[in-house]
Amino acid sequence: MKISLTVNGRKIQEDIQESMLLIDFLRSHGYTSVKRGCETSNCGLCTVLMDDHPILSCSMLAARADGHSIVTLEGAGKEAEAFAEFMAKEGAEQCGFCSPGLIMNVIAMKKELKNPTKEEIKQYLSGNLCRCSGYMSQMRAIEKYLQEESV
Amino acid sequence: MLKIQKYVRAESLEEAYQELIKNRNNQIIGGMLWLKMEDRVIPSAIDLSKCQLDSIEENENEFKIGAMCTFYQLETHEALNQMCQGMIAKSVRDIVGVQFKNMATIGGSIYSRFGFSDILTALLCLDCDVVCYKKGQIALKEYIHEPYEKDILTHVIIHKRKMKAAFECVRRSSTDFSVLNAAGALIDHQLRICVGARPHKAEMIEIEEQCDLQDILKQVHEAMPCESNMRASKEYREHLRDVLVEKVVNELKGEKA
Repeated sequence: MKISLTVNGRKIQEDIQESMLLIDFLRSHGYTSVKRGCETSNCGLCTVLMDDHPILSCSMLAARADGHSIVTLEGAGKEAEAFAEFMAKEGAEQCGFCSPGLIMNVIAMKKELKNPTKEEIKQYLSGNLCRCSGYMSQMRAIEKYLQEESV
Repeated sequence: MLKIQKYVRAESLEEAYQELIKNRNNQIIGGMLWLKMEDRVIPSAIDLSKCQLDSIEENENEFKIGAMCTFYQLETHEALNQMCQGMIAKSVRDIVGVQFKNMATIGGSIYSRFGFSDILTALLCLDCDVVCYKKGQIALKEYIHEPYEKDILTHVIIHKRKMKAAFECVRRSSTDFSVLNAAGALIDHQLRICVGARPHKAEMIEIEEQCDLQDILKQVHEAMPCESNMRASKEYREHLRDVLVEKVVNELKGEKA
């Protein structure tokens, strides 16, 4: 079937298999920041924004994204860069495999929540798992990033 | 792995229905989160995302929730949660994460009547109806006992009532499935108590407000037995059931646990 969607501002039209998942569609177009970590819709590594809302690209048919706008880490530009710096400063990156999904969800959170409390941040990001770090360094990076950005 | 032979994004409910009844294995895909975990072939996967079922409409008497509304829409809807003191939001809060909740649909969950469902437990306590394309409107407490018919759940209707409501659950890790969940509502001096993930699907009983805890628990034991599965034993669930029901009742009656 034919689908037409926008990925990181670029219009893509393609004939796809009906079963194709959005994650595989995106990776086949070179957006390899989108990772598959669990296969059970649980880890959040495959997070992308669809029409500004964070979703799990591993659990959505590419067909359903027809007509919508997708943003991956590759398209998140300066916002992602700015946050990545805070992550690096706090030593939050270990293997880095979960970072693209986390960064996308942090960007979505920043748009949606105004001055979130620590508890609200944890709640919003509870669907992003990390197996290296224990989350402390990420939390520090996120809090500092939000503080800095709101000034 | 889930294999889809044909994807149909229906423009109308009639189109979706006609496609659904063409083959017994055809399927409305909802948010597709649970379906994706299955190993089967779907001849025709029917997507309702173009059927205008993705909003929560409020009028004087009710909230009319489209089947494609997501858990996150339910969680963040202010008026709806104001009515039930945030009980609906609490019931979906710990389900995986925001990304997941932006995809999981109320229609998919309620039609499927999953044993592990938290939202079913929560909604059963409220004055709630389900609207199906062919069957029409039916009370949720009756719908849960209906067979899985070839029909399309189009809306869930929550009638506005003055109430107190509460939800409690236990999970082995914070965003896992509930090992057991319990919800309650106090509407017109009537207590409605509901226990789900036993691991059977939620059931609801109605009890007079003045009943004491021992009476309530006795009725809960009779109506809502527990079983074992990989997540927890029958005995553990029975213990949790009593504790969670007590918590819920205390919240409803305004007593400290």
